Amino acid sequence: MKLSEEEQSMLAGEQGAARKWAMEHMMQVGRQFDADDFVNVSQAHMMADPESLGAAGVSFLEDLAAQGDKVRIPMITDPRGVDLSYYKELGQTETMADLERRTIAACSALGILMTDTCINYQTIMPPVQGDHVAFGDTGVVIYSNSVLGAYSNFEGGPSSLAAGLTGRTPRYGLHLPEKRKGTQLFSVEYQPKNLTEWGILGGIIGQKAGSYWQVPVVTGIESAPSSDDMKHFGAAMASYGSIPLFHIVGVTPEAPTLASVFDGPPPSSTTITEADIHQFQGNFGAQGEKVDVVVFAAPQLSLMEMSQVAALLDGRTVHPKTTLIVCTSPSVAADCDRLEITKRIENSGAKVLRGTCFYQQFAREMAEANGWHRLLSNSTKIVNIISGYGYQPSLANMEACIDSAVAGEIV
Amino acid sequence: MSQILKCHVGIGETVRGQALVADDNFSARYDLDRLKGVFSRPAHKLVGQSYVDRILVLNTAKGGVASAWMLHEMKARGMAPKAILFNQANTILAQGAALAGISLCDRFEEGDVTQLIKNGDELVVDPLTGTVEIL
Repeated sequence: MKLSEEEQSMLAGEQGAARKWAMEHMMQVGRQFDADDFVNVSQAHMMADPESLGAAGVSFLEDLAAQGDKVRIPMITDPRGVDLSYYKELGQTETMADLERRTIAACSALGILMTDTCINYQTIMPPVQGDHVAFGDTGVVIYSNSVLGAYSNFEGGPSSLAAGLTGRTPRYGLHLPEKRKGTQLFSVEYQPKNLTEWGILGGIIGQKAGSYWQVPVVTGIESAPSSDDMKHFGAAMASYGSIPLFHIVGVTPEAPTLASVFDGPPPSSTTITEADIHQFQGNFGAQGEKVDVVVFAAPQLSLMEMSQVAALLDGRTVHPKTTLIVCTSPSVAADCDRLEITKRIENSGAKVLRGTCFYQQFAREMAEANGWHRLLSNSTKIVNIISGYGYQPSLANMEACIDSAVAGEIV
Repeated sequence: MSQILKCHVGIGETVRGQALVADDNFSARYDLDRLKGVFSRPAHKLVGQSYVDRILVLNTAKGGVASAWMLHEMKARGMAPKAILFNQANTILAQGAALAGISLCDRFEEGDVTQLIKNGDELVVDPLTGTVEIL
């Protein structure tokens, strides 16, 4: 890889051991993906929940922080694994909370801003078109690339950290304009009606597209979706297919026309119909079954979604044998407190968690501690993830999820 | 007679081990019980099988970014695969392999690696030269 003087200096260790590690790490990755050089990035965003870090990862962060080096560009964090104001009640242990406290201390010492959110594109500082960034959550990356026109690969925690320490990332994948052209075409013949249906559509396309290196192009969307619609659509597509970028013709910034988004003539298209949406959802049905835990998360809820959940819960009580959990970012939670949305949600017996996301919270251990088995959510992403943790997932829209939480069974 | 497969230059050191193969995809978060060291996702083709010290041979990576830290955590506990071979890796698995020191290779010239290598084959993976030898 071609290195600038500054990059050579970091690699040589002249700017501290942390930056030396960061350069060596990124050069291994860059070689794997044939990067010629590095590109400057304006922000980094890192997943570092204690479940995925483990004790080894926490020690790794502490060792780096002990060098005294700090990140050199604005750097923020993905959701935490433990809401330190509410964890014993969920069956989370002191060991988990201690790992969380140590992670926060190490990240803070490195100069990282603990935003604890996977909706930074809605709440913190959305990147602009052409902005090179190093974002570390698949939902964040796919939204930022596709809806905002930013340039980011999926960055795992170590690589986000390396980007934050150096202000660089290897120039490969979606940092290259030629890798952002469409590779597949999907013709949608049904307009999704709610967040869950947007998620299902994303899940179907993700499944069919199948790999990080595909760029699905979607036609047939008749009007501009909301930011929350795109959030669920992208998060599910990234989850099912490891897809980091899509284009919707006439909607997203790099796809003004069908012709502009492909190099050469478009490929033949795959049609997606209303029946496909229903069939997908049918795989996650379980009408009449007792529901143990209803989860709104993955991604964290926006202020608008929080307000919708509150309106649906007003004057109702969650069934005593069902737990209803709502995950949002610390900044949205602060707004919800001020606007009394939190109070309205929690008056029903539901719980708002701050700065966490359910599936990043030691989900297996929580299931065992609480005897949870059947999980219901309106998030297509979470029902894809959670079965590996021993849950039986079901999928329904927000209204049906709340009706089920109140009834104690899937309606 | 051993057979040598050619792939893209990869990550990590030369390792020898036994293949665990499936025409399926991979995420450490979605698919594994990392405490027990087995595939736990009911829909995964390797469900119930131990991946510890095996050379995983799979189609591609899927899902989220967590696998990057998780490979490091698994390796630190001695509960990791020895190497991972993909038809096509994604960025996360490459980054995670780099941090963890787990060998990883992808893009095989001879075709679909999940067909070329059989479950139980003894392999030598050399990421530096981009070769995998089936012994």
